[in-house]
Amino acid sequence: MLSYADAEPGTELEPKQYPATRLDLVKYAGASGDFNVIHWNERLARSVGLPDVIAHGMFTMAQAGRYVTELAGGDPAAVLEFSVRFSAMVVVPDDDKGAVIEVGGSVAGKLDGNRVAVNVTARSGGTKVLTRARAVVRLP
Amino acid sequence: MPINRDYVGRTFAPAEPYEVSRTKIAEFATAIGEPSPLCHDPEAARQAGYPDVIAPPTFAIVIATTSSAQVIHDSGLGVNYSMVVHGEQAFEHARPLHAGDWVVARSTIEDIRDVGRHMMMTTRTDIITLDGEHVCTARGTLVERGA
Repeated sequence: MLSYADAEPGTELEPKQYPATRLDLVKYAGASGDFNVIHWNERLARSVGLPDVIAHGMFTMAQAGRYVTELAGGDPAAVLEFSVRFSAMVVVPDDDKGAVIEVGGSVAGKLDGNRVAVNVTARSGGTKVLTRARAVVRLP
Repeated sequence: MPINRDYVGRTFAPAEPYEVSRTKIAEFATAIGEPSPLCHDPEAARQAGYPDVIAPPTFAIVIATTSSAQVIHDSGLGVNYSMVVHGEQAFEHARPLHAGDWVVARSTIEDIRDVGRHMMMTTRTDIITLDGEHVCTARGTLVERGA
């Protein structure tokens, strides 16, 4: 958690790791209503040229959303603005570990009303999976 | 067939009203691994000053899709869905969505452009309560890959 008083532009935030397993993708498909086969069917994913099943972009964005929520003391309502560009796929193999999404960030600027702008990073398998990811959060 | 640029600026008919429920918020929060009691426990949410459990920030995509799906599948627009990937997504929240909200989503195509061999289309979806209160703006960019 970060307090507004401690937030200074350039402050690096401790990265955290979020797993993405096949089961997570099946649960996300059901909860979101996005049943695109590339997120759960390896045979069909490969048939359209993908290396394996890939995570929903919105699943990855949701993990980054958890990160900024936690930063703001665990209040999802504190995430006022949140935008990302999906720059690479999160490939999720069919094993017990799946993929790992590592999310980090830094304070980009201090705004009024206890708000800060945060630049968010997300990597999986050594590749940036989100770019231009930015959130405006209200801090305690 | 390229995406029809004549659609830039077009606003589509609003989707059917959507009821935000405790069950759906809890299901979505569980699916993304969000442990906050504010998403799962109505009493905790009320003690924090909210009318009921609140949604995680990306939950709005579920509601936005009720409207943006009709955009993608509009035959005159000509999106080849099998070639589409999600390029960008943004949310601006005026307040959190909470259980008990009744909202409608309405989409407007803001931009259609060429990027190399690909085409990109940006759609803004406004999520508004039945009383007319603006709750969230979701902005999504799809990339249609060129052959």
